Amino acid sequence: MTAWTPARIDALRIAHPGAFPDRGLRMWAGRAAIAVAIVLFVWGLDRLGFGFVRLWQGSGELIRVGGLMLPPQTGGMAQTYALAIAETVAMAFLGTLAASILAVPLGFLGAKNTMPVAPFRVAVRRVFDVVRGIDSLIWAILFVSIIGLGPFAGILAIAVNDTGVLAKLYAEAIENADAEQSRGVRATGAGRVQVIRFGIWPQVVPLFLTNTLYFFESNVRSATILGVVGAGGIGFYLMDRILINAWPQVAFIILLILVTVAVIDWASHRIRRRLI
Amino acid sequence: MTTAAEVEAAYHSARRARLGQTALIVAAIALATALSADLGEVDLARLWNRLDRFGSYFGRMVPVLTWDNLWGDIAQWFRRFDRWFAGLIDTILIAFYATAFGAAFAIAGAFVAARNLAPAPWASTLMRRVFEFARTVPELVFAVLFVFSFGIGPMAGVLAIGLHTMGALGKLFGEVAEATDPDALRGVRSTGASWVQVMRFGALPQVAPAFLSYGLLRFEINVRSASVLGFVGAGGIGQDLYTAIKSFHYTDISAIALMLIVTVALIDQISEYLRHRIIGAEALRAAA
Repeated sequence: MTAWTPARIDALRIAHPGAFPDRGLRMWAGRAAIAVAIVLFVWGLDRLGFGFVRLWQGSGELIRVGGLMLPPQTGGMAQTYALAIAETVAMAFLGTLAASILAVPLGFLGAKNTMPVAPFRVAVRRVFDVVRGIDSLIWAILFVSIIGLGPFAGILAIAVNDTGVLAKLYAEAIENADAEQSRGVRATGAGRVQVIRFGIWPQVVPLFLTNTLYFFESNVRSATILGVVGAGGIGFYLMDRILINAWPQVAFIILLILVTVAVIDWASHRIRRRLI
Repeated sequence: MTTAAEVEAAYHSARRARLGQTALIVAAIALATALSADLGEVDLARLWNRLDRFGSYFGRMVPVLTWDNLWGDIAQWFRRFDRWFAGLIDTILIAFYATAFGAAFAIAGAFVAARNLAPAPWASTLMRRVFEFARTVPELVFAVLFVFSFGIGPMAGVLAIGLHTMGALGKLFGEVAEATDPDALRGVRSTGASWVQVMRFGALPQVAPAFLSYGLLRFEINVRSASVLGFVGAGGIGQDLYTAIKSFHYTDISAIALMLIVTVALIDQISEYLRHRIIGAEALRAAA
């Protein structure tokens, strides 16, 4: 066995530079990069108003509020809250239903294999991006301004936002459909519409349905907060009870949301499993 | 021998059964729709009557741009660009810190939550419940609570989205961690390493690419969520957008929305590029 002389280590260092830590200029460049990253990280935190004192005092306040929430109480409003949560689920259901129906033709217009006119397809895709880039809560206040307060504005917000997202997902599903089957259908002399109906449609329907169910689950969550801007659902009461510091009722509403979301997730999960 | 008539009869009965099932599903959806429409105060007549208001509302958002004074008009459109840009930077920073802090806690928690790695079964169950709670409560609810306790400002927003991110990523990270190769862990354990060391040197290198990829995806989502935190006083561009909508400054709405859309699209593109690179590098390593 050869001895580990400095000369041999140097030779190894030249042969396998990756196995050794950097030295000299490269080492200092690495350290400088880390230092700059740390400075930037701290600068950003400072810009956002982070501070240990604030964090400490806020945590204390949060624990105090958490203590006030126990035990959760209905405050005699159980029926109102139950109705509001039903309204929330209804908003999510209708919004998702409308979006998933609208997204089907839009998805076919945005997919490469069913929409050969490239400029049109790209334009359609850009519209999806614009719609998607705006959060459903922003759509909700826009619709509240146009159509007035209430759950209908929330339904429209969910429908519009989800049409953008679902159309994109549907378009991707259509593009990923197996081309062999379409070719087979075309070989029988089928027209364009028939190729879509018998070649592509059967392949993409399960994907459409599972995506739609996923979005229903996620929309139940989003619908719970649309009430913050007056677009219906349980969010209005949640915001209101926080503003008047009715903490036991706040806790009750949060629990109600948790239970509802869990039940919807469970049901949707079961349906999805059957679909696949 | 099955005759043609028998085949046909079987076909028709199977078809009838399927039609019956479809009819049942359609009826159930129709019933749910009717019920929801009633609860959701759906009023198609009102929608129809106000259809022109949609046109005028969005129409008024289009700024007056003349060819002669194009730059002046654009400057007028983005008249508070500096303020909005600062808000946008805050929004991105909120999303960044929320993703970073949320991911850090999620990584630590994921190794406890993963059933094959957990130091004890009860710890795994407890961690899962914590994650579940953190991701089920909507971010905005946390934001309202945090604005109340930490004061108005972006810090409340970071904490709210961070907490939600911890829950969402913790679940995904936990699932990735459950798929780690036990041989590598056994190898590290055989050298006398502690639980923390086994996780650091045995599990972390296996899961890091997937964690990074999920983290980037979450960052994209968080930029969108951070854009509305201002509605409840938790910082970012949402505050200006809310003011613009509430005071019917139509062109301000479109200017802010445009800045937001461009930012979100840009971040999505960069993140997608990075994610493909991470996955690409991982695929290469797997092939080597």
